[in-house]
Parts: sequence; structure tokens; C-alpha cells
Amino acid sequence: MDKSMTSTVVRVGDGLTSVIDIRGDVTAASEPALMAAYEEASRQGARRLVLNFSDLEYMNSGGIGMLVTLLVRANRQHQPLAAYGLSDHYREIFELTRLDEAISIFDDEATALSSSVLG
Amino acid sequence: MTTPAQPPRPIEIEEIELAVKEAASADAAVPAQAQPRDAAYWAPKVDRLTVDPDRAAMGFNIAGRRVTGPQQGFGRLYQRTYSAALKPMVTPQQLISEWKANFGSFWPKGNRFGATLIAPGEVAPIAMKAGAGFKLSTGVLVLYADDESFTFMTPEGHMFAAWITFSGHIENETTVMRIQILLRTSDPLFEMAWPVMRFMEDRFWRQTMRNVAARFGITGIDIQEKLVVVDKKRQWKNWRNVWHNMAIRSVLHLLTAPVRLVRRVAH
Repeated sequence: MDKSMTSTVVRVGDGLTSVIDIRGDVTAASEPALMAAYEEASRQGARRLVLNFSDLEYMNSGGIGMLVTLLVRANRQHQPLAAYGLSDHYREIFELTRLDEAISIFDDEATALSSSVLG
Repeated sequence: MTTPAQPPRPIEIEEIELAVKEAASADAAVPAQAQPRDAAYWAPKVDRLTVDPDRAAMGFNIAGRRVTGPQQGFGRLYQRTYSAALKPMVTPQQLISEWKANFGSFWPKGNRFGATLIAPGEVAPIAMKAGAGFKLSTGVLVLYADDESFTFMTPEGHMFAAWITFSGHIENETTVMRIQILLRTSDPLFEMAWPVMRFMEDRFWRQTMRNVAARFGITGIDIQEKLVVVDKKRQWKNWRNVWHNMAIRSVLHLLTAPVRLVRRVAH
């Protein structure tokens, strides 16, 4: 199996929101790293999650599948999910796969955090 | 006192070349937006599927449809995985190259895959055997394809709202062939039929994997299967997907064939 080339950092965005910075490659092999980040954010009491893709370097179809799994876990806990920092290329992939219908996309962190979409 | 204007000096060819080189290096100094490594592997964005005119008759059920992912489906979200080790050694690249080149020929008899090319953005109509000579019409979009994997995305009306990934990877120094499907049934009718469809789906992909392995002279592969329920909840908000149900539309298409024939003759 491919080894994960993903690194994540969990930050507090505001009182209720955690920001997960995702760096490197997002593939199926990224699942342990991303799920660990999600659990850390949840432990911190995050009611809302924002994914920062500014340093995303590569994503394949396994990575998109893994984001759906993350989305399902967040939905189960009633944690709205948003994203920012997507390049035009990755924004198009979100639109093509219709992931943008479930994960709100913003241009930057400030807009994402202030959005009413996140409740 | 004014100096008389000098006639313009003819520009030498060397000067023009130098100017071109300077312009080129100036362009290079401006950082261009780097193309991601995966850019060539993804299908271009499409809102609705278009079918090649040569395959229009076969693709009547997918032309103009939107693609769907698991989040647009109705039923529970499953991750279905079939995998098998290939011995003697075939590299993942050899496996995927052969699989892509002859995709439809590995399917069980009676089913037809209407594309000869597995490339990002390709739209492939599918005719699936449904008994008594009747065929269900649907299709897929090739969402992603690289040297070690390729992924299909289903259109509205397909029995599954799904991403289906075919891949090869090395595990314990052996190439493992894998099919992984992230799916929800599309609508309540297909959800009711899931117990039967699941059985048929298993049989279909097991036979396909045996056929792929046989192409490399490998027989008697051990196919491991795994079913993970990712989300137990049904998405009732998507019950209207039944409007596009390809089984209903395939039957209607068959029933209205005489009408189309009369119209063609009349014109």
C-alpha cells in the first residue's frame, strides 16, 4: 500500500470551530492521518470543522473517497464541514464530484469562519 | 538649435534574437501557477453527460444526465472491496494498462461496455443483461485514471450513486488487484432490490477479476471480500431520484420502440 504523504495540523479557529490544515498528498492512504486530526478536533470540542487545503499538492480518487468518509463522520456528529484554500483545479474536482454540495467552499479562512453556513 | 533627425538604424537580426531571449527570460521570472501532479488524471468538469453520436442509441439513458456521487444517493453508504493477490508477479502498471485497454472484454458474457478507451472524461454507455434478452441501459463517466488506478462515477438513474475504483498495488511484494466501490443505492426501489443486486454484483465482479487474472495466465485466484457500512442512514431527501430510475426507463424505452419505429418510417 502507498504510504501516507499527508500531514495535518489542528488549530482552534474560533470558540466552536476547529481548522484542520492539510498538507501534501490526499489519497486513500491519508485516512489514518485525517481521521486522527478529526478526532483531535472533536476532542477539543469542535462543533464545526474547516479544512484548509492551501498546501494540498496532490489528490487522487481514493482521496476524494476518504473525504466522503470524513463527511459522513462529521454529519453523524452534526458538525458542519467547510473548506477553503482550494486551487481552481481542486475546486473543479469538488464541483465535478459534487462534493461541493455537501462541503461548503470558501476563498479564505476568515470568510469560512464568519459564514452562517457553518451555523 | 535642433539636431537633424537621424534616419532609423536598421535592426540587426542578432538584436531581434536578443530581444526575444530577454522577453522569454522575463516571462520565466514571473512564477506561473504550477500545474498539480494529478492534473492530467482527472476528468474535466462537466455539468451534464454527453454521449458520442456513435454510441447514442446505447446511451439513451445517460445523455443529459448529471453524475452522482455517494452523497447524492438514497440508501445506506457502503464500501465494498474485492481484492486478490496476483501470483506470479504482474506489476500494478501492467495490470492496470491491460485492464484499461480491454475493460469490457473482462465482463461476464451478455453485458456490454460501450467505450474502447478508459481515459479521464470518457463517457461509456453500458448495457446490462437482465434476463430474457432484455438489457438495462446505463453508463459511467471515467472520473479519474492514472497508471495504477482508474475510477468511474455513475450518472443519475444508475442503480448505484457510486464511485468505483479499480487499482493495483504492491502488498507483501505481491501485486494486489482491487475493486473498491463506495456506494449508496440511488432510490427507494433500488434500495428494496439491494439484497438481490448485492448478490448479482458480487458474482459480476468476482467473474471479472477471474477474467483479468486469466489474461495474465493466472488461475484459481483467492478473492477477498469486505463490506463496510460507512453510514447506516438512508437519505430520504433523495427519494425523488426514482424519477431517473434506469430500470423503469429501460422498460419504457423497450415498450415505446414501436412508436419510434413508426415515427422513423413516417419521416
